[in-house]
Amino acid sequence: MFKIVKREEMAEGTVILNEIEAPLIAEKAKPGQFVILKATETGERIPLTMAMTDPVKGTITIIYMVVGKGTAVFRDLVVGDTYQDVIGPLGKPTHLEKVGKVVCVGGGTGIAVLHPITRALKEVGNHVIAIIGARSKDLLILEDHMQAASHELHVCTDDGSYGRKGFVTEALRDVLENEKIQLVVAIGPVPMMKFLSQLTKEYNVKTIVSLNPIMVDGTGMCGGCRVTVGGLTKFACVDGPEFDGHQVDYDELMLRLQAYCEDEKKCYEDYCVLSA
Amino acid sequence: MAEKTAKKKSVPRTLMPEQEPEVRMRNFDEVPLGYTPELAQQEAARCIQCKKPGCMAGCPVDVDIPGFIKLIKEGDFKAAIRNLWAKNSLPAVCGRVCPQEIQCEGLCVLAKKGEPIAIGNLERFAADYERDHGTGELPPKLTPTGKKVAVIGSGPSGLTVAGDLIVKGHEVTVFEAFHKPGGVLVYGIPEFRLPKEIVFQEVGFLERLGVKVDCNVVVGRTVSVDELFEQGFEAVYIGVGAGLPRFLNIPGENLVGILSANEYLTRANLMKAYRFPDYDTPIPKGKNVVVLGAGNVAMDSARTAMRLGAEKVRIVYRRSRAEMPAREAEIHHAEEEEIEFFLLTNPTKFIGNERGRVIGMECLQMELGEPDESGRRRPVAVDGSEFNLDCDLAIIAVGAGANPLLTQSTEGLHLNQWGYVLADPATGKTYKKGVWAGGDIVTGQATVILAMGAGRKAADSIHDYLTYGW
Repeated sequence: MFKIVKREEMAEGTVILNEIEAPLIAEKAKPGQFVILKATETGERIPLTMAMTDPVKGTITIIYMVVGKGTAVFRDLVVGDTYQDVIGPLGKPTHLEKVGKVVCVGGGTGIAVLHPITRALKEVGNHVIAIIGARSKDLLILEDHMQAASHELHVCTDDGSYGRKGFVTEALRDVLENEKIQLVVAIGPVPMMKFLSQLTKEYNVKTIVSLNPIMVDGTGMCGGCRVTVGGLTKFACVDGPEFDGHQVDYDELMLRLQAYCEDEKKCYEDYCVLSA
Repeated sequence: MAEKTAKKKSVPRTLMPEQEPEVRMRNFDEVPLGYTPELAQQEAARCIQCKKPGCMAGCPVDVDIPGFIKLIKEGDFKAAIRNLWAKNSLPAVCGRVCPQEIQCEGLCVLAKKGEPIAIGNLERFAADYERDHGTGELPPKLTPTGKKVAVIGSGPSGLTVAGDLIVKGHEVTVFEAFHKPGGVLVYGIPEFRLPKEIVFQEVGFLERLGVKVDCNVVVGRTVSVDELFEQGFEAVYIGVGAGLPRFLNIPGENLVGILSANEYLTRANLMKAYRFPDYDTPIPKGKNVVVLGAGNVAMDSARTAMRLGAEKVRIVYRRSRAEMPAREAEIHHAEEEEIEFFLLTNPTKFIGNERGRVIGMECLQMELGEPDESGRRRPVAVDGSEFNLDCDLAIIAVGAGANPLLTQSTEGLHLNQWGYVLADPATGKTYKKGVWAGGDIVTGQATVILAMGAGRKAADSIHDYLTYGW
């Protein structure tokens, strides 16, 4: 059993933070790795990349958007409640290297995944420019954390309610126009990663994305998380979750993410009715 | 005397009652219903108690087959299960899933002139009777040795190692990557062949004996093999299974609605997706399902699809019926449940719709040519035989390879060209001191009982090591 020691609501309650006691995982976890969580006996196994880890306290922190029944069950857990199962750390850690100037771009809850990677890239000596975005000011998460994790922070909102009006792609284009960038890390919704990768390809800048496809075991056993990268089939759980953004078949990934949408919608609606 | 023997031989094998095909093909309850004590004793009485029993030679874990059968015949069911436990920690499992026809029963002397003793059914009976009516009294354990053994993987070979070593007085911890123990017995073999409750009770039996089971630990990620030694474990057994699904590597394979059998069965069995939405994990419910491959896993997948409401389920296999690797009994059960066989058919491409979902396959008709290196006749495409086969769900059941997660994170193991761990077949010893391996991660995908046999040999060797040294 894995106890929740802290819970916060962000982005008007649509995004939840849980800090969870998991000492074995906290000790081992590296930036970019993920865990699989299952709240109850009848629950689903849900993969989430860790937003923070604290090996001293023996805790890991996940930040997720409530999108279906699985995450709604997570949302309804309070401090002191437990996750029945937490498995990890899974996936390959981020490759950390001093390359020079790096831009870390995050959208939505992708910012949570981006945060430890940004910090680590700074720690190994890169100059790190962070660009984060959300639909509006109230939906933006982890601004302070990202400020601390980077050298420069640019904030964008789709509606202009905070920071620069517009998408993160536009902010990134400006940076790429004005500075020589060695690496871009882009994490967020699949369409965002697709467009960011198209942009960085124009400028010929190496780009890393972190993918979160549908997954069951997370250890390379089921192949549910397969993605096409550079024309080859890869398993996101063991070959990833980070891949060369210029090689990923995003359209296929988006279709695969829709595989269970009807079942999931029904399951979520039933849960909302029951818990209302 | 001669007349008496002849009379004995003429007694037919006692059939185990089972659910009718038209009923069971739509439910997940176990297919065979089990013997009553009367039926079990009737079947046990057919055993002629050979002085040199052939059956035992066919058992990878050396069960005293005539011995336990005699005890059933005499009605001493408690003694029968104790006799089984002496050699087999998982009799309720083996009674159900061993390929007895090529092992013990295949060597039964009665099989020469008639039907062999139903050894598997009797083993199952003894285990089920103990579970339902037993006293729960545990078999004896030797004095504690204070030596700690780590077993990685809680499938059949790992559980065998754990069961053997705990009664020899060692401390045993089993590490399992999934959230429930049992390995392939839980994620792979369907409920209707092996109820999960039975697996959990078998594991519970080992826990009562003192085995510690630690789930949610991915050795290679959460902890490494070398760290286990640092934690004070003196011996490590690797029994992680094959666990890397093979795909066909043909165009369109990543369309929605194409799953590995591992994923399909894990969703159905471990995650209980057949009870969706009571359980949260969904599973695709195809109306027109194809299963590629013809082994036991393919049969399990096809029968699962039928139970999930398919109108049509087809096994598609590029060789002929004679080369199908599944057990005859599984093929028979599948046929009874209206699974169709599309033999000598080789898919070359999956076809999808505008939403990226599979709607069919392009196939070639095959014919059998000269034998290949496996000794089976090689399937060769018939010129101009292209045709399409519609489907809305395709399950790839063409076998599994070696999962590299643990082996690549462990220094000092030697692997063969396919990534399987090199281990001494007699002892299970690997090239790394203090580390043994067995089951599918050594042999490639095989059977539950062969994995258990490897576990038995390794457990003996580990015991020797802990007693006398490497």
